[in-house]
Amino acid sequence: MTTTLNPLPTIPALTVKNGQSVALDAIPVLSYGAFSSEVLRLLSDPQNHCVNYYAFPDQGGLKFIAATANDGGSGAIYLLSHETPMDIQRLDSLTKSNLALHIYEREIAENFGIEFVGHPWAKPVRYAHDRADRSKTLRNYPFFKITGEEIHEVPVGPIHAGVIEPGHFRFMCNGETVLHLEIQLGYQHRGIEKLFLQKKTLIQRTVLAECIAGDTAIGHNLAFVQNMESLAGIRVSDNLQLLRTLALEIERLAMHTWGLSNLGVGIAYQLGNSVIGALRTPVINYMQWWCGNRFGKGLLRVGCNQYPFTAELKTRLLDLLDEYEAKYTEIAAEYFDLPSVQAPLEKTGTVTQEQMRLIGAVGMSARITGIPRDIRQSHPTGFYEKQRYETVTEQSGDVWARAMLRNREVQKSLAYIRLLLENVTTDGAETERVAVVLEPNQFSIALTEAWRGEVCHCAVTDASGELAHYKVKDPSVHNWLALGLAVRDNEISDFPICNKTFDLSYCGNDL
Amino acid sequence: MFETLKIIRRQGKQYIPDVTKPVLPEIFRGRPVLSTAPVDEAALVACCPTGAIGSAPVRLDLGTCVFCGECASLFPEKVRFTNDYKIATNVRERLVVYGGQDQPIALDPDRIRKEINAYFGGSLKLRQISAAGDNSDELELNAGGNVNFDMGRFGIEFLASPRHCDGIVITGPISENMAEATQICYDAVPAPKLIILAGTAAISGGIFAGSQALDRSFLSKYPIDLYIPGNPIHPLSFVNGVLELIRTKR
Repeated sequence: MTTTLNPLPTIPALTVKNGQSVALDAIPVLSYGAFSSEVLRLLSDPQNHCVNYYAFPDQGGLKFIAATANDGGSGAIYLLSHETPMDIQRLDSLTKSNLALHIYEREIAENFGIEFVGHPWAKPVRYAHDRADRSKTLRNYPFFKITGEEIHEVPVGPIHAGVIEPGHFRFMCNGETVLHLEIQLGYQHRGIEKLFLQKKTLIQRTVLAECIAGDTAIGHNLAFVQNMESLAGIRVSDNLQLLRTLALEIERLAMHTWGLSNLGVGIAYQLGNSVIGALRTPVINYMQWWCGNRFGKGLLRVGCNQYPFTAELKTRLLDLLDEYEAKYTEIAAEYFDLPSVQAPLEKTGTVTQEQMRLIGAVGMSARITGIPRDIRQSHPTGFYEKQRYETVTEQSGDVWARAMLRNREVQKSLAYIRLLLENVTTDGAETERVAVVLEPNQFSIALTEAWRGEVCHCAVTDASGELAHYKVKDPSVHNWLALGLAVRDNEISDFPICNKTFDLSYCGNDL
Repeated sequence: MFETLKIIRRQGKQYIPDVTKPVLPEIFRGRPVLSTAPVDEAALVACCPTGAIGSAPVRLDLGTCVFCGECASLFPEKVRFTNDYKIATNVRERLVVYGGQDQPIALDPDRIRKEINAYFGGSLKLRQISAAGDNSDELELNAGGNVNFDMGRFGIEFLASPRHCDGIVITGPISENMAEATQICYDAVPAPKLIILAGTAAISGGIFAGSQALDRSFLSKYPIDLYIPGNPIHPLSFVNGVLELIRTKR
């Protein structure tokens, strides 16, 4: 028998499942030293990744909560916390040891003015209106500079050429080659997390959740309703869970279709753009048949769905899938077989698995390099628990891999939606409203695998059962750095297809 | 080549022949109709997440409404959303729907600037500014140009440079962090120029109203040429609203 030498006693983290709530004070509170070493120890296992790490004001001080998810099949989420006085100035940076934590520390530093000693790049995440230091602005940020005779700087945005959200890209180029891209976000900041507390009614908060990122209305709202339901002790029917899973997969199908169509614009492939673009219309129009809104806003409500899934809707969806599949298969075969499509996509904008592990990439940005990170498989809720979704990955990490992954996920979603329809009930019982009363002094966490990747929401209630804090994390906060890495040593003219294929959310990052 | 032709043939005609005619499903939440049925008005007012419903007289302001359907679900005898997507107007007050009234929302021709039809009647190039929009309005504006809605056939198009444009289309509640860029972009558009607010968030702030992260001062400086409510706007609301604006002769 051998004994493992461990200099620090291991403090057991509180283990929860996705969509579970626990008493806030049940989460172990550790000294910063013990908290740091335990978080880092958990993250040293490549099967684990940090799904949320943030701080919020609690009882006159600051409370840090770190949630680490185990992707190895246990479905566990490990919770640890740390408490510190509000006026804390400095803490040792964990990013030094684990780069994936960089974005979380940047956010805490921005919100509370804490200096993380040793953090390589403590840049504000979104220039929030309530940031600790308002003297730091989008305007006066000192961009990373490279000097040299051939070196030039290309600023792009915040307003871009197309009809997309705003963000600023600062390229340092040597001729046509990008040496470095710095991404400056925050233009979309609406104060979402504050608004969750300012707006007191459930419907206000639900509408807010739908508008965190309107292209992920289902993905974000699903995390919200799951949090509220676990805090209120509401158990929803299997059929309602199935219908929400259905909505999530339709959203994925619609947005993947959009992404592949939009890629056609980037490579001037008009047929692909038009034909696949036209395929998205019936998918989002289907959502409109179901809930009156092409983006699924208005469908998911805490404890129920607002609109019934009827037998007619089931038939309509089955017909739609057949028609979609026939047309999609035909155009996809043509699209991905064309040398003029393959040539610009292959070996362009490549990221490696090592890089994606290092920065803690999630969702599609992880899966294009063979990391099978997928909440549907690792932390399933709803129908995914009953019928595992088999995650697909690509290996090459380039634009081609990103297009291929979406192509394959389209096909997976089509098959999965058919499976859902075999199991669905169309009695309309899912629209029955239930009373929602939140338990006091609780913490809850909910993760969904939205089309871009994992959405993680955490909620905390106070002694009266009112929301005391609400934390939103869009997958894009991790993945923006992947875009920055992808374009290095590529031609600047390849930036659009890199940006289009990562297809990240500006408002999801800026909140 | 043969494959390409087969695909094109299978696609057939994708465009909507007459964009003023499509009928959306009944469940679509467009222009609401408020009945005269007596209800607990205080409860009706309170159920709205954005304060869009007022009482005495009962009314619903589409410029504030986020089309969540809560009022219609709770008070079906009082509030019914119709599938009428023609909800754009150039007069802010016309977005308010009163109890017992079931009339289309239209533009006030007398308040459309004379030069709009003369200059832009056959061609309107627009610069879109997403000022903290949640990307659903932006996607719907993109959809306006796709093969189905195809607003390019009317000369309506989004361009990259504001200097080539005839006006701006704002989506989103206008964050403090986008306020300066919005102003710079507007200034870069040559006169005469239009301002179109697309989506409830742009018109009133919508669910974001009251957030300290917004700076909506830009909107108080200039007259607004077109309000198009929605969460997000429907492409048909956009296309029909803009067509009415540029084609109305004075």
